Amino acid sequence: MPFIEIKRVNNYILKDVNLDVLDRELLVLVGPNGAGKTTLLNVVAGLTDYEGEVFFDGKKIDKLPTNKREIGFQFQDLALFPHLKVESNISYGLLAQGYSPKVVKDRINEVLNLFNIQHIRERYPSNLSGGEKQKVALARAIAPFSKILLMDEPMSNLDPQTSKYLRKELRSILKKLEITIIYVTHNLLEAEEMADRIAYIHNGQIEQIGLPEEFIFNPGTENISKFIGMPNILDCEYCDKFFPGFARVSIKNLQLILPYEGNGRIKKIAIFPQDIYLSSIKPPGPNINRFKGIITEILDFESFSWVKVDVGGNILVAELSRDAIHEMNFKEGKEVFGIIKLRSLRYAEKS
Amino acid sequence: MIKIFKKIKPICGIIPIVLFLAIWEMAVRLNLFPEQFFVPSFSTVVSEFYYLTANGVLGENFLSSLIRVLIGFSSGSIAGFAIGILMGWQDVINKALSPIISLIYPIPALGWLPLLMLWIGINEMLPITIIFICSFFPLLYNTVTGIKNVDKNYIRAAKTLGASNIRILTTVVIPLALPNIFTGLRLEAGMAWRVIIAAEMVAIPTGIGALMMKAESLIRIDIIIVCLMVLSLMCLSFEKFFAYLERKVTAKWK
Repeated sequence: MPFIEIKRVNNYILKDVNLDVLDRELLVLVGPNGAGKTTLLNVVAGLTDYEGEVFFDGKKIDKLPTNKREIGFQFQDLALFPHLKVESNISYGLLAQGYSPKVVKDRINEVLNLFNIQHIRERYPSNLSGGEKQKVALARAIAPFSKILLMDEPMSNLDPQTSKYLRKELRSILKKLEITIIYVTHNLLEAEEMADRIAYIHNGQIEQIGLPEEFIFNPGTENISKFIGMPNILDCEYCDKFFPGFARVSIKNLQLILPYEGNGRIKKIAIFPQDIYLSSIKPPGPNINRFKGIITEILDFESFSWVKVDVGGNILVAELSRDAIHEMNFKEGKEVFGIIKLRSLRYAEKS
Repeated sequence: MIKIFKKIKPICGIIPIVLFLAIWEMAVRLNLFPEQFFVPSFSTVVSEFYYLTANGVLGENFLSSLIRVLIGFSSGSIAGFAIGILMGWQDVINKALSPIISLIYPIPALGWLPLLMLWIGINEMLPITIIFICSFFPLLYNTVTGIKNVDKNYIRAAKTLGASNIRILTTVVIPLALPNIFTGLRLEAGMAWRVIIAAEMVAIPTGIGALMMKAESLIRIDIIIVCLMVLSLMCLSFEKFFAYLERKVTAKWK
């Protein structure tokens, strides 16, 4: 039975939204800006008006005010209370909900240890780094034994390096908590790394719910295709283990190596246009994940272009800036060399 | 050169004052001022200050003014703070009271003097009431502004953590509104002293303002200057006190 059920929810942004989140699942809600992701979180939290029904563990909670719903909410701008130290921020919910001093003290220590932030307990939020603030905000949200956690673009204020590092640690911590989580992001890579399942929302409507690889290899709508970046999807003819941790695949005249830990066989490969580098001269280095082809078409957009390259029968689309195309004098019929980024290849296995 | 500059930097603010006093003293001794503008020398003012302090006149009048300021200021501030919280937190109350407050607020505190002289009479309550009025409105407005300017996300965060409205008001909103409230207190504090002098000049027998009026009738400019110096010192002291209090309360987290 789903732990969170959202039925026929409507308001000024959402249109007849139905969504089930399973018990202890980490569901990631993705979509472009203005799609209704934060609004849906606010509906679950009771922070915005809506028509429809929301159930927690089978109980209807529409009439319950926010402070009675027993949820944790990590806001996009974190909203750490600036006048309270880290420890007081974390204990705020516990004290507000009337827990005894002993329970509050034990829970604070438990949460500080979980996030490894004991050393900053006496600091004010103004003296914390971006990553530390993010951890404190999350610690505050889960401290009051919440069964549901809502996270609104938690990585949006972090630089890419910190975000990448924290994502791995964060998923591990979130799964340890064994609570039901709805996590909002507009970043597909982040969604893939964090999610048990992904739900895509566009113009206030849920367009697809499924496993991360389903979005890349079977996008349900054109909106989803455009959102994920319209990857090149190629059927593999041959696949074998190349090296521990790597597999080799053949797709007509294209040979690729990619990180792979599975025991099955790779059925399809997805290559995103921005992960293909093109050059007019042969690049140095080993002949791994490299190709030679002929430009068949160049499609110009506002700030970038798509270059279609025929690689021995495979048509690959690469994304380049318009300046780069001009500098390298790319035109239809010209021979080009390409490199495919090793670690950005996605695969679907044969079931 | 830089080393010399670094040594004198801490006392840079005092040098102009010392220079001003020295020029003042020399100008009077050299009879540089026309006769009708009798200007006592700085040394004369200092000796008059000593004399007024020693015979208790300055102390007695200062104490009268101080008590009136403290009573009027504290009662006006508390009332402004309390009503400011209600108006800032509850939209209905704000909408109900804002029109009438908008009509009364622009009237300068001293503008109430003729009306209060008739309603209250010329007694201790007159200057206290004037200071109450001049303290009430700034703190009311600063409290309302401070509360309304608290980022709504903090309130939403507190709600999701299970806090009741009262708890949110007392543990989140009011603390975060304090910088605005302290600004109001600092502005009022100096204003209270400026207003009390004017109120005391109107037939109140004691106080710094009353002393100044007596000195004016006796053409005792040295006593007037002593009173002005006391006034300046008190304005500055009150403002600095509240600035210190604000730093103590908010500096660590701002």
